[in-house]
Amino acid sequence: MIAQLDPLFETGEVGLEVFLVVAIKVVAAFALLLVAVMLYIWFMRKVIADMQNRIGPNRAGPFGVLQTLADGIKLFFKEQTIPSSADRPVFRLAPYLSIMPAFLMFCVIPVGGQVSILGRETLLQVVDLPVGALWILAMSGIGVYGIMLAGWASGSKYPLLGSVRATAQLLSYEAAFGLSILGVLVHAGTLSTRGIVADQYSTAWHATFTEGYWRPAILAFAIFVIAALAETNHPPFDLVEAEQELVGGFNTEYSGIRFAIFFLAEFMNVITMSAVAVTLFLGGPSGPLLGFLDESNVLNTWVMPVFWFMLKVVALLFATVWVRASLPRMRYDRLMSFGWKFLIEAAIVWVLISAVFVYVDDKDYDTGTTIAIWFGVVGAAALALVVLYLCVPKRGEQIEEFR
Amino acid sequence: MGLLKAFRLEGFGVTLRQMFRPRLTTEYPKEKYDRPPRRHGRHVLNRYEDGMEKCIGCELCAGVCPARCIYVRGADNPVDDPVSPGERYGFVYEINYLRCIHCDLCVEACPTEAITETKLFEFSFTNKEDAIYTKDELLVGDDGRAKRLPWEHWAGPEDDHTSQWMRSTSSSGDADYAGRVNWSGELGFGVRPPETDAPAEGEVERRWR
Repeated sequence: MIAQLDPLFETGEVGLEVFLVVAIKVVAAFALLLVAVMLYIWFMRKVIADMQNRIGPNRAGPFGVLQTLADGIKLFFKEQTIPSSADRPVFRLAPYLSIMPAFLMFCVIPVGGQVSILGRETLLQVVDLPVGALWILAMSGIGVYGIMLAGWASGSKYPLLGSVRATAQLLSYEAAFGLSILGVLVHAGTLSTRGIVADQYSTAWHATFTEGYWRPAILAFAIFVIAALAETNHPPFDLVEAEQELVGGFNTEYSGIRFAIFFLAEFMNVITMSAVAVTLFLGGPSGPLLGFLDESNVLNTWVMPVFWFMLKVVALLFATVWVRASLPRMRYDRLMSFGWKFLIEAAIVWVLISAVFVYVDDKDYDTGTTIAIWFGVVGAAALALVVLYLCVPKRGEQIEEFR
Repeated sequence: MGLLKAFRLEGFGVTLRQMFRPRLTTEYPKEKYDRPPRRHGRHVLNRYEDGMEKCIGCELCAGVCPARCIYVRGADNPVDDPVSPGERYGFVYEINYLRCIHCDLCVEACPTEAITETKLFEFSFTNKEDAIYTKDELLVGDDGRAKRLPWEHWAGPEDDHTSQWMRSTSSSGDADYAGRVNWSGELGFGVRPPETDAPAEGEVERRWR
């Protein structure tokens, strides 16, 4: 069982070297995420400044890169206050509960290909769980605990309102989030993240286009991105910390390093979600290698896959910043009705359609049968939507019933 | 584009376009705007071309000051060595810059054009004594320039146009007098010309009546 996780465990014995390799990978992943958060916050501030004709941070370090570090050091040395009405142990625990899932989710993300560390062959990811996709879903669900407990333990009404909103929002979008992944899982036939990446990549880099992998994924990707934005409390879904309504949201009562950890967790979540999107939809670390070099050259085994992974993640992160700079915050009821009445339905229908894609591709039917299957499925989906539409009460009706 | 419009996503185009436009930020300590000639800054006490002080100690500036930051005491001129032409002179003259709001009402109130303002605003002090400028510090030097104190940051010729506001509002601010020389000379500068862009006599619109 354990041998399937990683070529590292193939021999079966777990010695000091194996332990060291695992430890190195864990520490490196954590450090990578922390540095990435630091750079992302700087990147975000710079890009938003560009989009608003400003300059942005430029005082600390070259181009202001070290601004986040300076802010972090400042927060670290600031006084931390705990409200007298707070539930102290939970209040202290909450920041760590919110940061750990973000990192644990990143553990299953393949960052690169198979490399050798300390003379041992291993995969460039912390762990390739056989249930990687489920792990991602589970961790994004657990992430809400930190926010919820923070709001509850603060013993103050604004944090409580913020955390109630967060819980409702995350639960609502969790459904669409899971359903949007389902199409990919159906296509890949595996839950392992590396398996999913391998399925997208096949052998040739252009297989994504020639084999039509994008067909079942294209709408699922749109739904995934929207749901992931909502999951990470990213604008335009950042109702958790709607400062005009809730002061600061769930983190109102937090100060000093605990506040910084919440901040860190929020941005770590954005980065991890981008990495998840890259893994599930954009082929992860796969991409064209340097053809003029040997396959086993260190550039081709180490650098290029990591480069492609980073490039895709940065492209997605730029998109998140772009969204942040462009869209105003949604109204709360619209957020809810959009999530429940549109996104989940769209995701369900798309799961159906992508399942048909996979089924038809598998069975190799002739054209007539294929078209018949398509008609049947699309008709059934349309019928289901019409029934749903008729069942859901309209706004006016609802008010009538209440009267 | 049509698709973007249909989903109401044109906003993304707006933000993207802004990325390639020039920045509006002026990085203040590094680069500075040219100061407008009428800016209100730190005060000076002017002298006539022959070196006599203009202040006659009438206390009108202190009376008009809305922030009550000016303290003036007049005294009789010594007969053998007069400080100002006329009977009295400003014996004590103090401005508290912790209170001054740079409204320039004192400049407008002054009957002898004694107090005017430089363009200087970059001065910061670390104690209350430095904040209170005495007559010694306010009075222009023998070259007609403001005295430069250690805690003041003089970036350029900020005392070139010390009387611009006074001249633009001379004769009680009556617009009819714009463009007309109606003021006395100053030590180091002589009789200053009217503002170059001021309308000539007769062309003035009567805006305030």
